[in-house]
Amino acid sequence: MKEKLVVIGNGMAGIRTIEELLKVAPDAYDITVFGAEPHCNYNRIMLSPVLAGEKTIEDIILNDDQWYADNHITLHKGKAIKEIDRIKHKVVAEDGSEESYDRLLIATGSNPFIIPVPGHDLEGVVSFRDIHDVEQMLDAASKHKHAVVIGGGLLGLEAANGLMEQGMSVTVVHLMDSLMERQLDHAAAEMLKSSLEERGLNFLMQAQTEAIIGKERVEKVRFKDGTEIYADLVVMAVGIRPNIELAKAAGIHCERGIVVNDTMQTFDPRVYSVGECVQHRGLTYGLVAPLFEMAKVCANHLAKYGIGRYEGSVTSTKLKVTGIDLFSAGDFTGNEYTDELVFQDASRGVYRKLVVQDNRIKGVVMYGNTLDGSWYFDLMRDETDISEMRENILFGQAHLGDSGHGGEESRVAAMPDDAEICGCNGVCKGDIVKAINEKKLFTLDDVRAHTKASSSCGSCTGLVEALLAHTVGGDHSVAPHLKPVCGCTDLSHDDLRKAILDKELKSIPATMQALNWKKDDGCPKCRMALNYYLLCAWPTEYKDASQSRFINERAHANIQKDGTYSVIPRMWGGGTSPQELRKIADVAEKYKVKTVHVTGGQRIGLYGLKKEELPKVWKELEEAGFVSGHAYGKAMRTVKTCVGKEWCRFGTQDSTHLGVELEKLTWASWTPHKFKLAVSGCPRNCAEATIKDFGVVCVDSGYELHIGGNGGVKVRATDYLCNVSTEEEVKEYCAAFMQLYREEAHYLDRTAPWLERVGLSYIKERILEDEDGRKALAERFLIAQKVAQVDPWKERVEGVAEHEFVPLKEISG
Amino acid sequence: MSDNWIEVGTVNDIPRQGARVVRGSDGDIAVFRTDKDEIFALRDKCPHNGGPLSQGLVHDNKVACPLHNWNISLETGMAVAPDEGCAARYPIKIEGEKIFLSLTAI
Ligand SMILES: Cc1cc2nc3c(=O)[nH]c(=O)nc-3n(C[C@H](O)[C@H](O)[C@H](O)COP(=O)(O)OP(=O)(O)OC[C@H]3O[C@@H](n4cnc5c(N)ncnc54)[C@H](O)[C@@H]3O)c2cc1C
Ligand code: SF4
Ligand code: SF4
Ligand code: FES
Repeated sequence: MKEKLVVIGNGMAGIRTIEELLKVAPDAYDITVFGAEPHCNYNRIMLSPVLAGEKTIEDIILNDDQWYADNHITLHKGKAIKEIDRIKHKVVAEDGSEESYDRLLIATGSNPFIIPVPGHDLEGVVSFRDIHDVEQMLDAASKHKHAVVIGGGLLGLEAANGLMEQGMSVTVVHLMDSLMERQLDHAAAEMLKSSLEERGLNFLMQAQTEAIIGKERVEKVRFKDGTEIYADLVVMAVGIRPNIELAKAAGIHCERGIVVNDTMQTFDPRVYSVGECVQHRGLTYGLVAPLFEMAKVCANHLAKYGIGRYEGSVTSTKLKVTGIDLFSAGDFTGNEYTDELVFQDASRGVYRKLVVQDNRIKGVVMYGNTLDGSWYFDLMRDETDISEMRENILFGQAHLGDSGHGGEESRVAAMPDDAEICGCNGVCKGDIVKAINEKKLFTLDDVRAHTKASSSCGSCTGLVEALLAHTVGGDHSVAPHLKPVCGCTDLSHDDLRKAILDKELKSIPATMQALNWKKDDGCPKCRMALNYYLLCAWPTEYKDASQSRFINERAHANIQKDGTYSVIPRMWGGGTSPQELRKIADVAEKYKVKTVHVTGGQRIGLYGLKKEELPKVWKELEEAGFVSGHAYGKAMRTVKTCVGKEWCRFGTQDSTHLGVELEKLTWASWTPHKFKLAVSGCPRNCAEATIKDFGVVCVDSGYELHIGGNGGVKVRATDYLCNVSTEEEVKEYCAAFMQLYREEAHYLDRTAPWLERVGLSYIKERILEDEDGRKALAERFLIAQKVAQVDPWKERVEGVAEHEFVPLKEISG
Repeated sequence: MSDNWIEVGTVNDIPRQGARVVRGSDGDIAVFRTDKDEIFALRDKCPHNGGPLSQGLVHDNKVACPLHNWNISLETGMAVAPDEGCAARYPIKIEGEKIFLSLTAI
């Protein structure tokens, strides 16, 4: 017999938990859901656009009857639970029916707070919480004229705006002197108020409601100072209270909310709780992002995987009033230890404030143009060191020369539907918006799964996120403390790297087992990351798991779109010779290579080879002294050079020679993402050293070192690291920098985003200020290189991994 | 089902979590070996755009296509939701260590 799971509350958190549970353990329970509302689960957030006439009720249904049926869930709509009997393990509904449980999930949300002034129970006094409230408001708007909204917070303003859109004359009454005082500072609140006034809303500030007056239906509202205003409809939007009565009556420990631990269990271990009704580590939440995180953790424990903890959330707020852009997150008031960075342009209606402590963002308030909101929010969540961008940070990401992710938000809103967002997978804006709307997507991962946008090279992630925010309108940004590596684990990249070292984990299966992987066999994402982390941690011991590598790194050649491969031999520092060129020409002819092409990294590529031909091609190339160019790997790719002092009249040093030396030092090294170098013979910089991961610019007195640049979709120029005077020093700094990147960056981070995350000053600390540390890093690099510098082509010519290149069997006829 | 079984090799000829191809006159068939040593055969053509599935990364009972990362179920040949499409499946029979393949798609 399956265990029985009963859910009280057919709302956003409860059903999200069930969805998460069905994903990981579809057959674990017989599930029964009780919902007090006579509806299927719908997107409560979207009640505001429904009220404003921008969406219909049908648009916002998240799970229809068919969904419950398909998943064998018994749904009791319109049936509230009135009692939990924890001794007999059953719940009792209002109509007397009963249901027993093995585990119980309480997801009763919260109740709107009604100020108990005289007249609060008159007809025409409503709250703003559910479909029923919205129906009442729409009905009133069709018959009456004057609306009063009590409460100038997020909910109140959205209600007021909606009623105004429905043609009512609306007055917002607020107790404080500043709107949305929990999310906005005074300056932003004033700008918001004046633009809402321009649209036609009226405000009564610092007004305390004394009574609601009327016979049957409300007629007027009276305030402490004696003034009265007409009202046919009063909306109370003064706050919410976690809905805990049921739990409390059952003797479950409650404070402000139902108290839960990090695994979402209440004091009765059979009883779980998620959503607005809970209190976790002293906090209650009123936004969906944290609830979705809770849902994930709770589902994991209901499925008895027993891993994953909810550790609280950082949230951000947006107001869903079309035409008004407002964003706030974190601690925006600050204290004696914080600085405030403020940008204000009243005539354009733009305001932004960052609260900063020790060069980390602690809080954000934005008004007017909020396109950079998610960028600031990310910087805040990741605790990125902003010292390098502090001067320009208020102007937004577009002004920084960003590094291939995020940015571009300013474009999405204005883009036409057929604008291509993801170049890799050819996905247009229209496709993504359609998927978000039709399939009810909330998160970046959902969008990736359904449209494939941003699932390949990932550089369009920022655009997709912006589009999601733009389309969903509300707060979509789920904010785990640190992003997990993939769906197979809750560990972040950093945690994972640390655990590998601390627990001395030396193979993929051992790591997965010790760290409770959710899937025995992992997924491509974590297997590729793990293989890299392990080989980096244990260079002399780790046995490479070639089956956990992407095909290119397994076959040591690049797969092309027709399934053929390309071969790009190494040409040290970009130099070659007549013999080498002759050999390449011979091979190209012999194997009827379709395309011969000079790459951006000063190499020659042969395209269109069949896989079986690869070892034969390599064998011939090897005769001329070629080795693998690693053009296919997350590895050191190329060192580009100019001819420098040897030929160029401007040259200051022998850049070509240094380039060759650097390439001999670094070739065959695996890195978190591709890694490119260049050496220019003088500051004219013909080798483009300032858009490489490690670039050297020769000067009269020696060598300037530059780090963290890249070309590609979004060009980023390097940061200047330091000057050194000898080639030996260049090599030491290069080795140390590469090793630091290898040891500390996340898999698939290029140097640029990694550098921006940890901060240039951190790198300087490790490479410049700590001489012993630098030498130790360089030494570790050399140890790893000793093992790594074996030509994979030669090995394969000699028979390694032969199975990779010959069919299992050929069948003729 | 067919009784035209063709012996194509042994389980150990295929790397665990890997695949190899059987080359026939009308194209390649990919023979997969999972982590748990189960053997499956599919036409070596991704339902998305014809990518060679044999070159993909095998995880669980699925393979991630090397070209655009669709996941294809080895048991059914179907693309894993939300993608849609199907690669033809071929019967496999194991006797001792030997793998037999039938060329009549299921
Ligand atoms: C108008 C509006 C706009 C919002 N905008 C945003 C936004 O932009 N961004 C954002 O992040 N959040 C927003 N929110 C908040 C968000 O909707 C809530 O945080 C979220 O819905 C809470 O989910 P929950 O499951 O905890 O509660 P709910 O979704 O309220 O679900 C609880 C359910 O339990 C039922 N129930 C209660 N008691 C019982 C019982 N005894 N028996 C059976 N059923 C019971 C209730 O009827 C209800 O259906 C908004 C909320 C509203 C009302
Ligand atoms: S971006 Fe990639 S996933 Fe997106 S567009 Fe570029 S190439 Fe792609
Ligand atoms: S970078 Fe300077 S030395 Fe090198 S080719 Fe250009 S001008 Fe000459
Ligand atoms: S061809 Fe397989 S995913 Fe595109």
